[in-house]
This record gives sequence, structure tokens and C-alpha cells, in this order.
Amino acid sequence: MAGSQWELPPELCCRPMAFVALTGLDVTYNAVHRAIWDAFCANRRADRVPISFKVLPGDHEYPKCRTKRTSYEWYIPKGILKTGWMNKHLNLVPALVVLFYELDWDDPQWKEKQSECATKVEIVRTSLQGRNTKVAVVLIQKKTPLPPGEDLVASERASSLCNACDLSGKSLFVLPHTDHLVGYIIRLENAFYEHAQTYYYTEIRRVKSHKEFLNKTTHQLLFVRHQFKIAFFSELKQDTQNALKYYRTAYSLVHELRAHETNMLEIKTMAGFINYKICRLCFQHNTPLDAIAQFRKHIDLCKKKIGSAELAFEHTAWMSKQFQSFGELFDEAIKLGLTAIQTQNPGFYYQQAACYSQDRKLMAQQLCQAGAICPAPDPLDTPTRGLEFYGQRPWRQGHQSIDPPDAEKERTGILALQIKERDVPHSELIIALLSNAVAQFKKYKCPRMKSHLMVQMGEEYYHAKDYTKALKLLDYVMCDYRTERWWGLLTAILTTAVRCAYLMANIKDYMTYCMELLGRASTLKEEQKSRIEKNLFNVLKNEVPDPEPECEPSGASAAAALWKDCMALSGPEFSIEVQDYVPFIQCKARFLAPSFHVDQLIRLQVLLRVDCPHPVSFNKLSVSLSNQVYNQWCVLESSGQDKICLSPGETSCFSFNFVAKTQDVGKKIEMTGIELMLGSGRWVFLSWRGAGGDAASAHEALQASRLSRPRGHGTEAWQEGDWDSLTIQHSTMIISRIPKISVQLSHQPPALNNEMYCITLTVQSQEEGVARDVRLTAGLKPGQDANLSQATHVTLNGAQVCDASDPALLPDIPLGDLNPGDKVERCVYVRCVSTGPRVFLFHVAYSINTSVDGQEINCNCHKDETVTIETVEPFDVSAKFVSTKFEPLERVVVDVPFVLMTDLLSSSPWPLLLHSSSLQLVTMTTCVPQPQSQLEQVVLQTGECASECFCLQCPPNADGNGTVATGQYVISWKRESSSPDTPLVNTTVPLPHILLENVPLYIHAELPSFGRVRETLPVRYHIENRTALVQEVEMAVEPSDAFMFSGLKQVRLHILPGAEQQMLYNYYPLMAGYQSLPQLNISLPRCPATHTHTLRRFLPQRIFVKPQGRQLDDAFIAAA
Amino acid sequence: MAVCIAVIAKENYPLYIRSVPMQNELKFHYTVHTSLDVVEEKISAAGKAMADQRELYLGLLYPTEDYKVYGYVTNSKVKFVIVVDSSNTSLRDNEIRSMFRKLHNSFTDVMCNPFYNPGDPVQSKAFDSMVSGMMVQAS
Repeated sequence: MAGSQWELPPELCCRPMAFVALTGLDVTYNAVHRAIWDAFCANRRADRVPISFKVLPGDHEYPKCRTKRTSYEWYIPKGILKTGWMNKHLNLVPALVVLFYELDWDDPQWKEKQSECATKVEIVRTSLQGRNTKVAVVLIQKKTPLPPGEDLVASERASSLCNACDLSGKSLFVLPHTDHLVGYIIRLENAFYEHAQTYYYTEIRRVKSHKEFLNKTTHQLLFVRHQFKIAFFSELKQDTQNALKYYRTAYSLVHELRAHETNMLEIKTMAGFINYKICRLCFQHNTPLDAIAQFRKHIDLCKKKIGSAELAFEHTAWMSKQFQSFGELFDEAIKLGLTAIQTQNPGFYYQQAACYSQDRKLMAQQLCQAGAICPAPDPLDTPTRGLEFYGQRPWRQGHQSIDPPDAEKERTGILALQIKERDVPHSELIIALLSNAVAQFKKYKCPRMKSHLMVQMGEEYYHAKDYTKALKLLDYVMCDYRTERWWGLLTAILTTAVRCAYLMANIKDYMTYCMELLGRASTLKEEQKSRIEKNLFNVLKNEVPDPEPECEPSGASAAAALWKDCMALSGPEFSIEVQDYVPFIQCKARFLAPSFHVDQLIRLQVLLRVDCPHPVSFNKLSVSLSNQVYNQWCVLESSGQDKICLSPGETSCFSFNFVAKTQDVGKKIEMTGIELMLGSGRWVFLSWRGAGGDAASAHEALQASRLSRPRGHGTEAWQEGDWDSLTIQHSTMIISRIPKISVQLSHQPPALNNEMYCITLTVQSQEEGVARDVRLTAGLKPGQDANLSQATHVTLNGAQVCDASDPALLPDIPLGDLNPGDKVERCVYVRCVSTGPRVFLFHVAYSINTSVDGQEINCNCHKDETVTIETVEPFDVSAKFVSTKFEPLERVVVDVPFVLMTDLLSSSPWPLLLHSSSLQLVTMTTCVPQPQSQLEQVVLQTGECASECFCLQCPPNADGNGTVATGQYVISWKRESSSPDTPLVNTTVPLPHILLENVPLYIHAELPSFGRVRETLPVRYHIENRTALVQEVEMAVEPSDAFMFSGLKQVRLHILPGAEQQMLYNYYPLMAGYQSLPQLNISLPRCPATHTHTLRRFLPQRIFVKPQGRQLDDAFIAAA
Repeated sequence: MAVCIAVIAKENYPLYIRSVPMQNELKFHYTVHTSLDVVEEKISAAGKAMADQRELYLGLLYPTEDYKVYGYVTNSKVKFVIVVDSSNTSLRDNEIRSMFRKLHNSFTDVMCNPFYNPGDPVQSKAFDSMVSGMMVQAS
């Protein structure tokens, strides 16, 4: 067993539980007994009392008790703690022996059975002679017992049985074998537990009582032993607080012992045991800080107690074990709910344990000579195959004086131990501890610590000669150190890795690591780099490389053989993906521009730079592009034996040119990879993905950009030595050839709503060749508001107004071929049916033949012209209703004429020609049969207004109340500037709605247009009854200063339905000028809602009165 | 006095590492590198609470058997790490703090040099001699 000597004994690590032996149970053949035993064993959860049960035969021999010492006077102890002691009290000496016996109270053979039981008890007692172990009897009964006190026979027989067996009443139990077995068993075991506690209590008292006999000079060991025993018994008693107290005393006592070389191991072993117990109990009491403090104290006290220098590895092994077991305790506590933190977790203890194991390995290598032979009688063999006391030497057990008894025996003993140590698989132990630590650090967010430990694991695998595993681990973590740019650490790891690769003769890995060790990230010295470069070139020449220094000679020679085999096979060429490393050849590639026209040469550069001490030559350089057709143009191959050489520290630039395919116009060309072929005899491809760069170049570029002044990043301008700031351009766009045509648009913005807006397009060729297949796409530019495409129509036919069926964009209108210098003109008509801005696109495409680098290509060119055109309303139309007196009307009276006035205000910047206008009436009728438009052929300038009047009347049969639609006003117009054959635009304007009203009485006056002073002015009033009833009308004329009059001043009259009355008055004007006519007061007694005011609006209010003329004038007028 | 002093860039790569000669230099590199785990954790924990009022001195990062590692983070997230021998019990927290302050001042001077490109390894002689003054003198 590896390291078994240092393992803690299992009896130390377990949780001590009271030991109770069960006898008289036949668990194999008796089903009842089996059931009882199962009830004891099964489901021992935390809520049950901590007892370890064992079934023993009735006549079992318990360990003999030695005769008790009466005096310690002449006693010299031989050691601290016997190896068997803990096990004895855990598993061999019970606290209580329980005798099971099948006996019912009313058993017919009561007497016989009672004596048999007593005999059995006696046998057990004899076997336990001298021990304080309690004995109890359990009667297994078939009947359910009566409640206590009721069964007189039972109580009488119980006491007789107790007497016979010499038992106290408390030690006799009855177990009825009925349904409730488990319940009874739990009660039983609680009772057993009490007995056990009493037993351990007496044991503690017994050990304590020894103390007075001890003296400090000769019995120092016993002080430790007794405290340990008390503590252990306390644990068995489940009194962990006291146990901890006694262990702590024991711990301080153990360090008070006189330590010398011969007993150092014993002291440390015991100190380790006690420390383990203390830490374990501290964690159990949930005081982890106490545990950690105790452990630190323990380590500080013991760190320097190395003991024999020849066995120094023992100390480190022991230290390692201390850390490991503490780590395990810590881990266990965490599993039970303790929380650990980043800086205090079990990982640190495992790590330290690994560290001590590494020291142990080193010491073992120093101290254990390889050639030593094991001495003939093995001094490590003991007659009993074990030690009597913990931590003693097999060849001098029990020896406690300072000097070894026999120097020769001592020497052979140490030799035997050294030989034994030599066979210990140290690396295995270290790796196991490290991997434990890795798991912990992973859990507590320590990625770098984890990486560090993995490096250590890798190195340990390397020492253990498991190179595959070593490389796997090292390779895994290298990437972390590389991304964090810790070059020193990376170099160290690479150095180990390159050794592993060498020893395995793994060519690819070997070369990869060599290349990185030669690179700029490596911190190796120049001469080492030279050596590595030489090795690398050897491999490239298919020769065996020199062994790595620090490889052990045997391994190196084995490796050399492996290399020879490899070289003989010479294997296939392979490629090494170097992008993620920092290789010794740096590569950056770039297109010289982010875009090229299809009629231009596409130019790209590959820049290489080597960082190793000596020049490097290569055979081939090739660039792969996303379109593989071009790859053939981007290859550079050395011819014959002349290789292309790269000098250290210099930048070499390789340029490639090619002509793009016309079908790649609009596409992106990307570099997908760069390959560099090295070697002579063995060929290796270094490959970069994309356009080069490596794990370190991004950061270097960033640093360079911080440093650089804002220098023009001219694509051509690139200075030598400015490698870091050189940026990669890994892709380029191929864009179409620049068109050499002009596209001109002429039009007169803004567009007027609904009109056929004419845009004249002129295309003129400035090409040197024939532009073939010229095509025009014209219309609304796609990608605007979706509603616009519904409200815009494009056509080439200007002769008629286009409708909704015409599209918003006319694609691919063929314009034919264009000879150099030729011109073509097209009119495009656009009709916008809503206002607002629109973007129009005019796309002219053609194809032409041209030549690039001597190659004839056919390219498609196109020119786009966009224009934003605003659409506005040509004019505003407003309409209003007035009475025949030109007073504004709110409501129209049925069957009374009124006037509609329309105003048309031009808002167009261009003069408008109004062709005609018309009314489309709905409810109304015109008073004139066929009204002629008053606006015909009128030209309106900006801001001018054209008005029209229409006299309308609502027919009498119309429903008198509510609003009614009047109709529409249609104007047909066009721009004045447009050609005569341009179609007219009809604009329809809805007229406002109007309220209708019915009146019961209509009155209107018939009078001349003017009067003359002192001349009779006849006025006739017509009064119409518009109801179906006879209306009584009261009429009166108010006196006026301006008029005298004759006629009925006040009258009351009746008008029949639908009839009309006429009233004639002769007014005689007295004053000239505008005069108010005498007021007419009318009232309808039957219809009080209609009164004078509602009727007065039908009547004229004033009249113009001319002054009295002279006679001459009159005669003159009369003559005229 | 210190056995190793390191300046780490914001991106966690070393700008400057100096350890006492004679001893395993690589080991100190690993110690400084692993201590960044704790530094990162402390920065992110403080970052949540109050970024502005964070103390620059991070205190003892973690104890190993042999060394004590202390950390300090400037406002621009440049980290200083000082490794002290565990046996050197005479050093108090205050002295460590003042060492960090000196280091910070000297590093500020380095940054003020117009010819120094931030992010490049520190090669200043003044800085180097100041660090030498804080290191355990090799006897």
C-alpha cells in the first residue's frame, strides 16, 4: 500500500459510538431474532442514538482484562498509546452486553428456563471478568404485556429472575414480539444508551483516578495517554465538548514531552492524531476558525521537528499527511454545510500537502541510494506483524531512552526505511493531491491558481515519465498564460513541454514548441534560441535533433532511438496552425485598399518577419482567398534549390496582383489563410487563418497605435521598422467600374398634386467605347413610406392622365446602345396624388468592354441619380353661402333662392390655366338653367384668386330640417407653360354641407332699385303662407323720419294655405342717401315662434334715395 | 522588506517584476500571477459596492506557508503586488502601506514620462532603484 505508514488509522477517523454487544440472538435460523436484529441495524439515522451494535455468541470471549496495577512506582511506560487500544474500545470491549432470552411470564417451565437464563448471564459475566461492562437481559415474549402493576405474576417472576441472575430491575427488559417491534426496539436502545453512558462515565472516572499515582519524571507518557483515553471515552459517551477539552490538554502535554531523535516520530504521530481529533471536533461544533487556528499552531510547533536527518523524508511525508487530512476534514465540513471562501478553502491545504510531497520526493532522491540492498533479516519485520505503540520503530519497540540501544540495528533499520521509501510512487501521490487542489480552486474562482497547479501536475507527470499526460495538461494551460501575456511563465512551461515532446519523439508538437520558443514571446537567451533553432532545422532536414538539456541521459538515449525510427518513416507533410501561438515567423497580410473597382488590378501584400537568431528560408508562400479561383495568382514558389530567405529582424514583403472576375462585383474577397512551406527533407506548412497575426499581435498593434502620432494610414505608405503598427486588411470589396456617362434631369419643381409632372432625363456617354444595352429604371426610390408607392404613378406616356394601374417604379426601360459622345433624352411623367416630399431614382445601367492588365473584360456599369421632389396643392378652393342680399347664411330656407360663392386661390409657383369649372349639384337646383363657367380660360398667377357666383335654390319638396350635401365643384386645369396636348387635370372639390330651414310665412318686397327725394316710391310686399293652415297675420308699418307713406298702417288679415297676399305702399322719400325703409312689423298669433325678426331678414332694409334733380337735368334726362 | 515586487497592467500582464536574486525567480512569478485571482475578486466585490470610495490598498491577499502576498490597485486598475517572507514578522501593515504609496508615487512618475508608452514594460532606472531600496538586500 502506497504511503500506508502515514495514513491515519480508521479507528481514529471514525466517529466513536457506544459499543453494545447483543448475545443470545440466532440471526441465521430464527426469523424472530432476525427481525429483532434488523430493527436494530436498519435505518440508523441521525435521530437514533449513536450505538454500534454487534451480535456475538453467548459464550463469546471478550478481551482479557489485565490485572489492575496497584502502584505505578516502578512502572516505566514503553510508549504513548498502544496501537490496539482504540479498536479495543470501539469494537471489542462492549459498554453493555445484552442477553436475549425467549421467556414468557406464564411459561410452563418457568423454573427451568429461569435457571438457564441465569447460567447464561453467568457465562457472560465470567467472560467480562474485571471489566465494568454492564449486563442486561431482554426477554423475548410472545404475549403483549399487561400494563405495569396489573400482572402480579409478571412482577413476582421478574423480581425472582432478577435475583437469580443478580441483575438490577433496571437491567431486565421485556420485548413482546408483536406488531410494534420498531417502537419497542427504539425504547430498548434508548435504555441501552443510558447504560452505556454510565459505563463510559465509570471508565473516565477510573482513568482519572490513576493520575494521583503518576509522577512527572517517569510517567510523562502516561499523562498524555490518560488524557487521550479520557477524551476518547468522552467521545464514546458523546460528550464532545469535554472530549475537545481533554484532547486539547493531551495536545499540550504531548509537546511537553522530552523530544529526541529516537522518539520524535512517536511524538509527532501522537500530536498528529490528537490534532486530527481536535480539528474534527471543532468542525463538528461549527467553529471552523478554531480548527484552522489549532491546525496552524500544530504546524508551527511541528514544522521544525524534523527528527533524524537520514529520514528527513519521513518528516515531509508526515507534514504532507497533516495538510492532506486537514484538507479532507475541511472539505467534509463544507459538504455538511460550511461555507469556505476564496482565500480560505481546502485547496490551499491540498496544495501545501502536494508541496511537502514534492519535498519528500526530492529528499527521498537524495537520501535513498539506488544501489542499496535490503538487509537480510528485515529490521522492519516484527513478530506480531505490527507495532505495539503508535509511532515507534519496529526494531526497538518500547525503547524510550535517548540513545538507541544498538547502533548497528539502528543503521540497518534506517537503511531499510530508505529502501522502502525508494519504492514509494511519489509522483502519483503528488498528482493526486494536486488534482484535489485543482478541483477546490476551480470551485472557489481561482483560475490562475488552478493553472499553476496544473502546470505542477504536468511537470510531475513529466517526472513520472507520463509524457502524454504531461503534454495534455501543459498544452491546456499554456493558452491561459499566453492570453495573459506572462511570457516568462509561458517560456518555462514551453521548455518542459519541448522536453516531453522530444522524449516522445512527437515531431509536430516538438516543432510547434520550438517555434514558439524561438518567437518574440520567449524569454530564452540568445544562445538557447540558437540551439533550439539548430534543432528545428535538423528536424526540417529530417535529421535527429540534439537532446534537450536536463533530460535524463537514459530517457534521452531512448528518445534518440525513437527519433531515428521517425526519420526513417519520414511521415507525411503536416501543417501547423500557428495563429494561436506566438511563432517565430510573424505574418501579416493586407489588401492595399478596402475596395477595388472591377477594372483595377487587385493588389495584396504578405509581410513576413522572423524573430529567431539565424536566417530562415522557405520554399513556398501561398494565400488562399474566399474565391478559390484567385488562389493561383497568390502563390510564390522558390525555383529549384534557391530558397527564399528571411533575415532576422527584417520585414520581407511579397506582393500579389490579380484581376477580379466581373461576376464578383459587389462581393467581398477575403483571405482565408496563408501557408508557408518550410523544410528540406521534411516539409512543414505553417498556416495562418485569415490574414495572419498571432496571439500577441493584437496587443502590440494596440500599443503601437497608442504611441503613434496620428500618422496618415496611407495604404501605400509603410515604413520599415514600423511592424507593430502595420494593420491587417483581410478583405476587400470588388465594386463596379466607375461609369463614364452623365445623367441629367430637368424639371420644374414642385410637382402639383394630381398633375402629370414631366421630368426630362438626358443621358450622355463619355465612354470611349460603345455603351451597350443602356437601360433606365425610373420612379419612386424603393424603401420609402409604403403609402407613397400607392400615391405615385409613373408613366412614359404623357398624352393621357395615368391612373392607379400605373406602377410607382418603371424598371428596365431599354434605351438602346450609346456611341461615344451620344446623347439620349427621355421624358418621364409622374403623377403624385398626395402632397409631401418624394425621392425619385433614375438608374441608368449599361455594359461595356474594357481591358485590365491586358485582359479584356465586359463590365456592367451603372449610374444612379436621385432627386427629391415636393408635391404641393395647386390651389385652395373655398366656398360660402350667402343670401341674395349677400349676407352670410347659416341656414338656407327651403324654396328661397340663395347664392353660392367660390374662391379659388392659386398656391402654385407656376401660372395655372383654368380651362373650365362646373358644379355637380345634389339637392339644390340652379336658378339659371345652364350656368356657364365664369372662369373659362382664366390664367392665375401665384397668389391670385378666381371667384365665381352661382344662384341656387332648394326645391320646395326637400325635407326642411337638418344638413344636406350640396354637391361638388369641378375645376379642370393645367400649367400654363405646358404644351397644348397636355391632358387637362380635373380637380374635384366637395362643397360644404348646409342646414335647411322651413318658414311658415315668406315675405318679399318688390321695389325699384332706387328712389328720389319727393317722388313716389311704390313698394309691394308679397306675403305667402307656406303652411297648410289659414294664417292670421297682423301687419303694421312703423313711422320713419325719412319717409312719408300711404297705405294701410296697421292691418290684420287672413291668408289661405298656399295663397299670397299683396300689400302696396307708396313711400315718399324725404331725405337723400342710404335710408332705412320704414320697419314692417308682422306677427302671427297662431305661430308665435315666427315673429318680425325672423321674417325681416327677407326684406330689404335700406334703399338709396337720390336727391331731387333740377328740371333741366330732368329734361335732359328725359330727352336722353 | 520585500522579496518580490511586481507591477501588473490593467489587462493582467506584468509590466515589471523584480524578485530577490538567488531564489527561484519563476516561483515568484507564479506567486504573483496566482495572487491576481484574489485581486480580481476583491476589485469586483468592491466595484459593486462603491467604485469611487474604494481603498487602493487591498491588504493581505493570501498567506502561503512561506510568503505573505499584499496587493494594491490604482484607480486605473494597475496592480502592485508585494511578496514578503512569512518569517519576517517585524513588518506591520502600516509599513506595507507606505511601501505601496512609495511604489505608486514612483510609478506615477514613470507614467508622466512623455517617452513612456502606457502598457509597455517599465524600464525606468529611477523606478528600479526605488524598488531595489524596498527589497531584501542580498547579503
